[in-house]
Amino acid sequence: MGLKTKDLLGVSSLTSDEIRLILETSESFKEVSGREIKKVPALRGKTVVNLFFEPSTRTRTSFELAAKRLSADVINFSPSTSSIVKGETLLDTARNIESMQADIIVLRHSSPGAAETLAKGVRSSVINAGDGWHEHPTQALLDLFTIKERKPNIEGLTVTIVGDIAHSRVARSNIFALTKLGATVRLVAPPTMIPLHVDRFGVSVFSSLDAGLEGADVIIMLRLQLERLGRAFFPSIREYARLYCLTMDRMKRAKPDVMIMHPGPLNRGVEIAPEIADSQSAVILDQVANGVAVRMGLMYLLSGSGQA
Amino acid sequence: MNMLIRGGTVIDPGQFHGLGDVFIRAGKIEAIGEHLSIAESDMVELTIIDAQGLVVAPGFVDLHAHLREPGFEHKETIETGASSAVAGGFTSVCCMPNTSPVNDNQAVTEFILSRAKQAGKANIFPIGAITKGSEGVELAEIGDLFAAGCVAISDDGRPVMNSQVMRRAMEYAQAFDLPVVDHCECLHLSDGGCMNEGFVSTELGMPGIPNASEDVMVARNIALAELTGARLHLAHLSTAGSVRLTRQAKANGIPVTAEVCPHHFSLTDEAARDFHANAKMSPPLRSAADVEALKEGLADDTIDTIATDHAPHAIQEKQMEFDKAPFGIVGFETAFPLTMALVEEGVLSLERAIEKLTSAPARAFSLKKGTLAVGSDADVVLLDPSHSWVIDPTQFHSKSQNTPFTGWNVKGKVIKTIVAGTIVYGSD
Ligand SMILES: [Zn+2]
Repeated sequence: MGLKTKDLLGVSSLTSDEIRLILETSESFKEVSGREIKKVPALRGKTVVNLFFEPSTRTRTSFELAAKRLSADVINFSPSTSSIVKGETLLDTARNIESMQADIIVLRHSSPGAAETLAKGVRSSVINAGDGWHEHPTQALLDLFTIKERKPNIEGLTVTIVGDIAHSRVARSNIFALTKLGATVRLVAPPTMIPLHVDRFGVSVFSSLDAGLEGADVIIMLRLQLERLGRAFFPSIREYARLYCLTMDRMKRAKPDVMIMHPGPLNRGVEIAPEIADSQSAVILDQVANGVAVRMGLMYLLSGSGQA
Repeated sequence: MNMLIRGGTVIDPGQFHGLGDVFIRAGKIEAIGEHLSIAESDMVELTIIDAQGLVVAPGFVDLHAHLREPGFEHKETIETGASSAVAGGFTSVCCMPNTSPVNDNQAVTEFILSRAKQAGKANIFPIGAITKGSEGVELAEIGDLFAAGCVAISDDGRPVMNSQVMRRAMEYAQAFDLPVVDHCECLHLSDGGCMNEGFVSTELGMPGIPNASEDVMVARNIALAELTGARLHLAHLSTAGSVRLTRQAKANGIPVTAEVCPHHFSLTDEAARDFHANAKMSPPLRSAADVEALKEGLADDTIDTIATDHAPHAIQEKQMEFDKAPFGIVGFETAFPLTMALVEEGVLSLERAIEKLTSAPARAFSLKKGTLAVGSDADVVLLDPSHSWVIDPTQFHSKSQNTPFTGWNVKGKVIKTIVAGTIVYGSD
């Protein structure tokens, strides 16, 4: 069994079986990362291009490491906005890159739908590494993977996502992934950061953090984009922190074995208290490690190696 | 040169509806009626057109188009725009001032009119800017624009945010009895959005433009029209709220007219799901409930006219990422079949559909067009309402092909277009 499509554009187009397949495949690659020689020949001779229109050292490094551990050749391509020839479309850029015989293009772009547009225009497999506020599917997959390590049965878990839901691709991909696997999803944010009709995803919405944390199995804290300040989404970082920062005290409302997740980088003291980030409940560093395994599993499947 | 259009179903909204002939002499409608007998002296150089099975109507009048010249000739020129217009049955086109330079002074208006004269084909009526450079600060020389031939004023695409400036423009325009046309959009509420704000934008992670962005400006403009008594024309209504507000304003006797574009009653925001910018326009495609409200507004005459908002863009511009691509689609050559779908659906009778493309828009801007009355300019269109065809933008006469209707199977075709007694589209 493999994946139906040549690309991974978002979680919304994956079936729950496909999600499970990616997670299972990734497990065996997690083991590779624990070995002395962290390398397998699965993608030898293949080329992976990291095409990052937005800077993101973390995500790019994770993909790069994953590709290298699979023995692929990796090219990093970060067209700064200035070096893009005016008038050149994303598709033009991508076709140039495809002519480098790229087997997989990993795309990070500020426009929603950029990965889908790219995938329609090239033969290479496209992995969406974040497109605007739309999706960040590998983040959601690595979050699921991390949850399953401690709580193997996702179905029935209560997962609370806290922060700027409206502008978060991590939130969207996680909502799609978690609801597909049968988790109960709660969203907590000031109403200015809740997008219209989000309840139609089958989630419940809270403006009170305390209420949203009640009995939660997993808490995903989103990074507050500080540039939202001054655009009337919230009055001050001080007040945001007072209302929405996850503190030890507030965490007590959740289950005793609650897992605390964060896609990074952290604003310590804004959305998450430093002592929580460093506590036993936090799995933030596991998320980073698992990111490599999940991206290995995914690239392995997309390269066709997963086909029987 | 004389012309006899024989045996068609003549529909001159509110004036004539039945089998008949239309006789044209020297570019004017000379006679209309059943089995016209033509004098011997008129038989010389007489072109006879057999219109059996066709509808003969006044040429369409479009109150809202972007012809892009001067400044954006890679998208469209007045010549290609006029060719596209007449291919869509439009014999009179009002062109918006958001050219480069902006049509905010006599010289630009005169340039447009001289280019239109060279191009021939359609009648072009420029719309002047409300403010200098459409910057929303100082009034343009509206008196000069009027004297040069502008038929209305608008800052379409860059709506006047300052309500006091808008009030003054409405007051001032009354000196020339000019309609003030507003693209009703609160740019603060739109906030860089690129599609309708709703469930689809939430799912796609796309910055949204709420209905309220339009509604608050419709409400503002109606209040200002009530205050000033100016002739207000509301461009491209897209929301249920603005239909409701306009209906109420008309009931209260406020001098307001309104238009709707075919794409707004033919598509919803679901069309944005494939992230192609051919589904990106301003105002954006809305929800199914809004589409229903627009149809009700057309049916009860809250919405007076159908206008195209023809907005050509080059292929590479529309191939850009959805949020970065420009707003707008071409509209002339798809307007009639999309309007015919409303007739099929029973929203409008054929005669009322034609009215909203002819006499109603002409009335809104006081144009002596959109009629087959004896003595009027012989701008005539021959239509086959039952002709089925597939929309193929490569066949468009426009320079641009940015349409979301590619491959649509539609009914209703423009067969021939006549301007001032001369055939400008369709073989003779
Ligand atoms: Zn407009």
